[in-house]
Amino acid sequence: MTEEQIERYSRHIILKEVGGKGQQKLFDGRVLIIGAGGLGAPIALYLAAAGVGTIGIADADAVDLSNLQRQVIHFTPDVGKPKVESAREKMQAINPDAVVRTYREWVSAANIGTIIADYDFVIDGTDNFAAKFLINDACVMAGKPYSHGGILAFDGQTLTVKPGESACYRCIFPEPPPKDAIPTCSQAGVIGVLPGVLGTIQATEAIKFLLGAGELLTDRLLTYNALRMKFREVPLKRRAGCPVCGDAPSIVQLKDELDAMTVCDLKGH
Amino acid sequence: MTITINGKETVLPENAGRTIDSLLEELDVPQRLYVTVELNGEVLDRDAHGATPVTAGDVVEFLYFMGGGAP
Repeated sequence: MTEEQIERYSRHIILKEVGGKGQQKLFDGRVLIIGAGGLGAPIALYLAAAGVGTIGIADADAVDLSNLQRQVIHFTPDVGKPKVESAREKMQAINPDAVVRTYREWVSAANIGTIIADYDFVIDGTDNFAAKFLINDACVMAGKPYSHGGILAFDGQTLTVKPGESACYRCIFPEPPPKDAIPTCSQAGVIGVLPGVLGTIQATEAIKFLLGAGELLTDRLLTYNALRMKFREVPLKRRAGCPVCGDAPSIVQLKDELDAMTVCDLKGH
Repeated sequence: MTITINGKETVLPENAGRTIDSLLEELDVPQRLYVTVELNGEVLDRDAHGATPVTAGDVVEFLYFMGGGAP
């Protein structure tokens, strides 16, 4: 480490759970963030600040004025700019050492396997069930640990999945809800600070995973309600009947969940 | 009878015929048709909701879909 790095990361290095060795693990770490929106914003900022060496960020969208109430990585002059570019600029402004790889595309059954292959840990910061189920399935099939996150109105939930070891998203929700069944963020709204809380927890999980420190949020669904300011943990376990990680999986090949709509649609129609 | 619902002790009128399905209806649970129900630590198959009785002391968790994050 250079003198400057030692100073930059000094508050990490003095932690016994991190130290110089742990900081080196973060430098060597590769984390993929899918979604450069509400959840992705704090995740990208904190991972860059923490010194995570390689950060991938995937999103096909451009910054919209209605994003700025919560997507704190995007600024007013960024409206109209690709989100991944806007995000990369802020991440590199915080930490010029961060290698940021941008994917200006939506993940699909066709591309997700190739994208996640280059990373140690994946974070789901997407806004729709098609992507959430796809990320789960792809990570389970590739044995890639990942963090699930979901928000709506004043509520959020998050779960870390270690494929083959802990419960996956489909152990809880075997299949996506039908189109239009669940209100969207644009219909139901979302309090701007909510993704800050949930995304920061997801970033914490990525950092702990890279460090190998503490206990991950596995086999526990953490739920949060901002109005009542309550966190709860629901214990979970892997299900033998899970369609993707169970004993006799019915899903053995990635597929796009075409019936699962985008829940927080791009322009909030 | 008393059961625990999402961490909260809840007193329900006595009803020997209560099932998970009827409980969802009785409480007008949000996302009633799609919610995942965990009973005493086990996630139930949706197909089993109608045949699974609810008895005193049960610990029930309703797990809701939350699809937001990015846009």
